[in-house]
Amino acid sequence: MAAAGRHILDVRGLHKSFGTLAVLKGIDFRLRERELAFVIGPSGSGKSTFLRCCNRLEEPTSGSIHVDGTDILAPGVDINAVRRRIGMVFQSFNLYPHMTALGNVTLALRLASRKSKAEALEIGRAALARVGLAHKAQAHPGELSGGQQQRVAIARALALEPKIVLFDEPTSALDPELVGSVLQVMRDLRETGMTMLVVSHELQFARAAADRVVFMEDGVIVEQGPPEQVFGAPQQARTRAFVARIDGHR
Amino acid sequence: MDRFLFTFFNGEVMWEYLPKILSGMWVTTYLAAFVIATGLALGLLLAVLRSTLSQKMPAPLSWLAEALRLLIIFFVDVMRSVPPLVLIVLFFYGLPALGLDIAGLGATWLALSLVLAAFAEEIYWAGLIAVAKGQWEAARSTGLGFLQTLIYVVLPQAIRLTVPPLTNRTIAITKGTALGQVVAVQEILYQAYSGLSFSSNPSPLTLGALAYLVLFLPVVVAGRWIETRFAWRR
Repeated sequence: MAAAGRHILDVRGLHKSFGTLAVLKGIDFRLRERELAFVIGPSGSGKSTFLRCCNRLEEPTSGSIHVDGTDILAPGVDINAVRRRIGMVFQSFNLYPHMTALGNVTLALRLASRKSKAEALEIGRAALARVGLAHKAQAHPGELSGGQQQRVAIARALALEPKIVLFDEPTSALDPELVGSVLQVMRDLRETGMTMLVVSHELQFARAAADRVVFMEDGVIVEQGPPEQVFGAPQQARTRAFVARIDGHR
Repeated sequence: MDRFLFTFFNGEVMWEYLPKILSGMWVTTYLAAFVIATGLALGLLLAVLRSTLSQKMPAPLSWLAEALRLLIIFFVDVMRSVPPLVLIVLFFYGLPALGLDIAGLGATWLALSLVLAAFAEEIYWAGLIAVAKGQWEAARSTGLGFLQTLIYVVLPQAIRLTVPPLTNRTIAITKGTALGQVVAVQEILYQAYSGLSFSSNPSPLTLGALAYLVLFLPVVVAGRWIETRFAWRR
C-alpha cells in the first residue's frame, strides 16, 4: 500500500525527558506520504509524548524531526508556519466553546493563513462537509455530540490543508456508539491519501486500515510492521505479551 | 417620633441641600465611571502581561520576564493589602511633595483605580488559569501565535468566567468614591457631611444615603443581570 513516496515525517534519535524522567529514549521513525501508521503500546510508554513532539507541543530534549523536508527544530524556524502544515486531533476535542463549528474551523484560516473572510468561510464549509457536518455549521460545540465535536475538530485540522494529521487517541473520550462515525471519517481521509499518524487503542481499526503498526514501550519503538505481522506474528516477546493482553480483553 | 422625623427627615433642610447633593451625585458618577474604566483596563493589561511573561523563553530574556512578573505580583499584593483610604491620603499629600501636583479628585481616582486594577488582575488571572490547557494546545497546533490564542481563544472564555466576581468588586470599589471626602472631593458624602455641619441637622446625610441608593441600586441590579446573561451557553 505505502509504496514509494517521500517521507513526510522523518524523526531521528528523538529523546524527551521531563526533569529526570526519560520518556522517549531514542525514537527513529519515518512516515511516507499517504501512509497511515498506528502507534500502540501500554499507557506511559511515551506514545502521546512522541506525537506531541512532532509539532513541538512538547519540546524535544534532543534528536531531529523533519516534516515535509523542514527541520522543525532548527533555531529560528517559524513554528507557527510549521504547525499549519501539521494537523492535530486531540482526545478531548478541544473545540473553542464560545465559537460555532464554522467559527472553530475558520479561525486559523483567518488569523494564521490570512485568508479573506469569504475564502475562509468557503474552505470552512467545505471542511465541515467533508466530515458530514455541513448542516451543523452554526451549532456551538455544546450542542453537538462527542462524535460530532471530534469530527468538527478533524475539520478544523483539515481546513488548513495539512501535509500530515496527528491523532492523539481520537476516540478514547467517546461513547462506544459514537466511535464509528469518527473512524469512518478517518477511513474517508485515508481514501483521499492523507498521511496520518495515529495513537489509539482501536486495534480492530488498526488491523483493517493501518499500513503500519508501531509498538512502543518504555520510550522506545519495540517493533513495527504491517498489522498482520505485529498482531498475527509479533517478533518480540514484549509485543506478544501486549497483544495477548489486549486480545484477552475482547 | 416627631423628633425622629425632625432630625433625620427634615423637609426644609433637605430641600435646602438638595442642589448640593445633586452636584455631589454628578461628581460621584463621573469619578466612579473613570475608576471603573481605568481600573478594569489596567487590570486586564496586567493579567495579559503576566500571562505573556509566564511563557517559556530563552535564558537572558527569561530572567527579565521573571523579574517583571514578580513585580506585577508584588504590586497586586500591596494594592490589595493597603486600605484605599490610606492610599488616597498618601497620594494627596505625598505626590505633591514629589513635585507631582494632584488634586483630591485625582488622588482618589488614582488610588481607587490602582486598587480595582489589582483585584481585577487577580480575577482575570484566575480566569485565564481556569481555561483548559487543551484550548491553548488546539489553537497553537493550528498555527496561531501566543497573542492570537490569548486574544481570540482564551480571553473570551476567561472573561466570561470573571464577570460575576468582577461585578462584585467593581461595585465595592465604586462605593469607595465616598472616601474622597477626606481630601475634599465634593462627592455625595462630602456634600452631605458639610450640609450636616452647616445646618446642625443630619437630614442631609439621609439625603446622601438616598442618593447612593439611587445611584448604586441600579448598578447592583444591572450586575445581577450581567451575571445571568454571561452564564455559559453550552
